Formats: sequence, C-alpha cells, structure tokens
Amino acid sequence: MRPGSGAVLALTLLAGLAAAATARAQDAAPQTCEVPPYLLSTESTLPKVAEAVRNARPLTVLVVGSRSSTILSSENSAYPAKLQAALKEKLPSIPVNLSVELQTGKTAEEVDHSLVKLVEAKRPTLVIWQTGTVDAMRSVDPDDFRGAIDDGVVALQNAGTDVVLVNLQYSPRTETMISAPPYLDNMRVVAQQHGVPLFDRFAIMRHWNDAGDFDLFSTFHGTDMAKRVHACLGRALSKFVLDAARLDQAQQN
Amino acid sequence: MSSIADPVAGTPLSDAKASEAKAAASAIAVPVAGERELRLDLFRGMALWLIFIDHLPANILTWFTIRNYGFSDATEIFIFISGYTAAFVYGRAMLEAGFVVATARILRRVWQIYVAHVFLFTIFLAEISYVATRFENPLYSEEMGIMDFLKQPDVTIVQALLLRFRPVNMDVLPLYIVLMLFLPLILWLMKWRADVALGLSVLLYALTWQFDWYLTAYPSGFWIFNPFCWQLLFVFGAWCALGGAQRMSRILSSPVTLWICVVYLVFAFFVTLTWHIPQLSFLMPKRLEQWMYPITKTDLDVLRFAHFLALAALTVRFLRKDWSGLKSPWLRPLILCGQHSLEIFCLGVFLAFAGHFVLAEVGGGALTHALVSLVGILIMWGVAWVISWYKHSADKGASKTKRPVINADMAGGSV
Repeated sequence: MRPGSGAVLALTLLAGLAAAATARAQDAAPQTCEVPPYLLSTESTLPKVAEAVRNARPLTVLVVGSRSSTILSSENSAYPAKLQAALKEKLPSIPVNLSVELQTGKTAEEVDHSLVKLVEAKRPTLVIWQTGTVDAMRSVDPDDFRGAIDDGVVALQNAGTDVVLVNLQYSPRTETMISAPPYLDNMRVVAQQHGVPLFDRFAIMRHWNDAGDFDLFSTFHGTDMAKRVHACLGRALSKFVLDAARLDQAQQN
Repeated sequence: MSSIADPVAGTPLSDAKASEAKAAASAIAVPVAGERELRLDLFRGMALWLIFIDHLPANILTWFTIRNYGFSDATEIFIFISGYTAAFVYGRAMLEAGFVVATARILRRVWQIYVAHVFLFTIFLAEISYVATRFENPLYSEEMGIMDFLKQPDVTIVQALLLRFRPVNMDVLPLYIVLMLFLPLILWLMKWRADVALGLSVLLYALTWQFDWYLTAYPSGFWIFNPFCWQLLFVFGAWCALGGAQRMSRILSSPVTLWICVVYLVFAFFVTLTWHIPQLSFLMPKRLEQWMYPITKTDLDVLRFAHFLALAALTVRFLRKDWSGLKSPWLRPLILCGQHSLEIFCLGVFLAFAGHFVLAEVGGGALTHALVSLVGILIMWGVAWVISWYKHSADKGASKTKRPVINADMAGGSV
C-alpha cells in the first residue's frame, strides 16, 4: 500500500464517521427538509377550502391513496396524519377532520368507481388524491391513465369538493423497473386542464435526495426513515394546501 | 460481428458486379462504395453515449443530453442512423446477391440482436433478484411490489423471450428487432419505388395515430416504443440512404429550410425551458399547451419527428462530410463507439444497470453520480477500442490464411 492510499482511507473513514454523526443528529433534531418555493407554488386555487376557513366552518379532508400514503403498522406517522396535525396547528380556530381511504393495489380507473361514493359518505371540503404508482407498476396505457384521472377529477369537482392531486414517490431503487415519467406528465396535464393543484411529491423527494436531506437510495431497514420522510411530506403538503387556498398568515391566525 | 446496423464500410464491389447491379435496379441509387461515412458513426456514437447517460439517475452530465433542449432525444438519432446504415449495407447485398440472400443475412443479424437482448435480460434478472432480496425500505413497500414477477419465473421468462416482458430501459432492442425483421420487405419496396415505400410508411404512421394501434406487453400495457410509429424514422433513414438524401439536397440547402429549422428549434428550446424552470410556465399560452401536450414518445409525436428533422437538416448543412475534424483524435472515441454500436449499445444498457447498482450500494452525492456516468463512458470507449483492435489486428492472421466464407460475409456487410 502506498503512503497516499493510507491517508485516503483514513479520510474516507473520517468522512464516514462525520456522516454517521450528522445522521444521528438528524434523528434527534427536527428535519431540515426544506422545499424550494417553486415546488410548492401553484396557479390553481382551492376555493372551497378558502371559504370554509374564512367562514370558520370545519375543514374536512379526505385522503384517497395507495399504499405509499401510509406506513405499515405506524399509520399515525404517515403523511396524512402529519398533514392533519400541521393544519390544526396553523388553523387553530377551526376543527380539522381528516380521514384516509386506502385503495391498495388499485389503478386510477379502479379508484374512479368508488370516488363519488366516498365523497357522498364523508362530505369532504377537500379530496387529496394520491395516484399513479399502481398504474406505473402495471404500465397502464398512459392515455387510459390520463382519461381515468380526468374522469375522477371531474367527478370530484361535480360532487362539490376541492381536489389536490399527489403524484408518485421518487423511488431511485426501482427506477430501472418502474417508468414514472409518462404518469407524472399526464398528471401534470390533467391538473393543468382542470385547474387542480398538483403536489409534486416526486420532484420534492428527488430534491431532498439531491440536497442530501435523505438518502433515498439507502437499503435502510426499519421504519425510521419512512417516518421522517412522511413527516416532511405532511408538513410540505399542509403548506401547499394553505398556499393554494390563498390563505395568508393573517387569516390563518 | 459488428455494429447494430453494420458498418457503412466501403467494401468495394468488383467492378463488373457493381455496374451490372446498378443497371439492374436504377431505382435504387446505391451510393458509391468508398470511404466510410464518419458522420454517421460520430452521431451514432453520440446517441449511444446520450442513451447511456439518460438511463442513469439524473446528474450533471444529464444536462448535456439533447432531450433537455428540445423535443426529440438520442433514440431518434439512433433509429434513423440504424435505418440509414441497414439500408445502405443490405440494399447493396440485395442488388449484389438477390432478395433471398439479403433476407438471409438480415435474419442472421436479427438473431444476433435477439441473443444480445436475451443476454441483457439475464443480467437484469440477476440484478433485480439481488435488489429484491436485500432491499426492505418500508418507505417503498408499494414500489417493491414490482418484484412480484420474480414469484412466477415460468411466465416471466417465456414472456421475455417473446419480447413481451421488457424491463425499463430495455425497449430499444425489441423495437430494433421488429424493424429489422421488416427490412427485407422495406428494401424490396424501395427497390421498386422508393417514394412509394416512404409513402406507405407515412400512411402506416398516420393510420396508427388514427386507430390507436399498438402491441401489447406483459403483464399489461404496451410496447414503450410503438413499432408502427417508430418505423417511420427507420424507413425514412433507409429512404435517405438509398438516394433520398441526394434528391433532397436542394431543399436542404435552401435558406428557407434553414430558417424554418432554426425557428422551430428555438421554439422547442423555449418550450423545454418551461419544463425545467416552472416559474416560466406562465409564459406558455394555455391553448398552445392544451394542443401540444402530451408530446408522446411511445407514438413518436409529430413534434418530436419534426424536431429531429430540423436537427438533422442543420447538421447536414453545417457539418460537411469532408470536415477535417472528423479525423481528429478528440472525436475518435465517439466514432469508435458508433462503429460497433450493437456491442456498445448492449454494454451501455449493462453499465446503466451496474451504475444504478453501484449508486444504490455505495450511495453518494452529485459527484459520485457524475463519476459513474463518466466512468461508464470511458468503459464504452475502451471496449470499442478493444473490439476494433480485434477486428484489425487479432483477426487478421486468421482471415488471411483460410475461411473465405467469412470474407464473403464481410462483403455482404452482415458480420
């Protein structure tokens, strides 16, 4: 071994230790998972949400999603629960109800059938529809996928609720197996056409991965990282919803 | 065994044969055998590098790929040049040796590409199986469901052999296999009436858009590259190779064409810019967006095809065949890769898998990502160099002493 390589090895070890130390610090301290403003800005609005908040009526949120809207065996740490907590905190004067309807393993088209029924049962102000993952995994024809979300969004709007679309997770490990881009594109198109805010979960998570907030490549076992990512997603989503509803700071208090 | 659509090498015909052949079919203007068309090699090599980079997770090098600056990307270049070179080589074979022999050679080529595809699939399977057994991040429990196909290898592997089950990034070779299968028919039509062949190709493209034809895939879905649409580029490449390019030279050199191309490319650039900088998207008229989106890659959107045409027109105009830079050592790596494109393409797909794997195991920031891309390109260059060394040095002794059969093959250009 040349003398130089020893130094390199030592440096690498040091860097590794430092990384481990910061990782541990991250566990304890609140996440620094900042989201650049452009990823949270939207031209579309949520008039029903705005109206409910202004008139101090209860805000009822329904999250319709697949398995990536929960963490197995710790639902209370998943992003919907975190979203509810954040909304409650920011809107202390009104009650915030939130329920989650998991449609595990169903494509957008399959979810379509139950959307209206769900809305009639829960009467939500806002439906947060997380979709695309199952369709991408089954490589559903992107045109059919677009048609399905289109129908779903129209049905929800006709039923009198606001809609927020949430797209796929950024999942670098399965990038060689799941082709996300067509589904991301089509969700963007539908959101644009119907003036529905799109929460770009994919871009946000990729930003966190690139910025080093989370190493989404890691083979981490256990639910710890999942919980931290979901906490960040919930917080970002709450900010996104309030921004889309154009509720500025004054009204939130 | 050489590049994906075989080198456009000038293996000179014997004079008598050539003139005889030319007289036989004047409809096909087979370009005179001579020096290799280095521009084709150069751009095919470039396409191979870009495809490799695009198959890796985004990193700094991704910003050098053309898909960030317009509608079309490296796949268009690759398929067009493949059509061009395939028609060039096998068109000559068809004139020289007739339809049956040319078809036989094409079919052997198809077989080689098929074997390459199956080989890549095996590597993919190995990687996936490894990842599936090691990776248990609860954040992605849903996405990991994609591994479920491993539970029924009996079905999956048969479907892969039928080209119906293709993992992500393994769609180009099946498309290429199908296109090559139809090459005898395409060449035969071109020999009869080149413009009719091109017309039929356009018609098929239009009908596919009208009636939404596609090939199904396993377990569901469709072929990512719809062969009914992508054949247009391939046939167009063949048409250009068989004299179309020469006949278009007046159009290509007209200033009107130049300006149309420039304006369109600038337009495409600004549209793409709004994808990368969402803050700019307010500049896009809603009507235009609704008319334009989505720009589908599966069905080779007209906007993509037009974008490729504009790029190609400008390239042909400003990069002359005799440009001295083509011989410069700086472009040598690209040209070398382009000359052995089947091997280098497969290597690129493999390296992309390997790159994902390294990134997953080692982790790493922007630097590692860029490094993986760079190392991959260096490996592609190195292997291309070794292959050409084999061809020019290692195999030379053998071909001198015996086996004239091999030489005949080479004359046909199918090896």
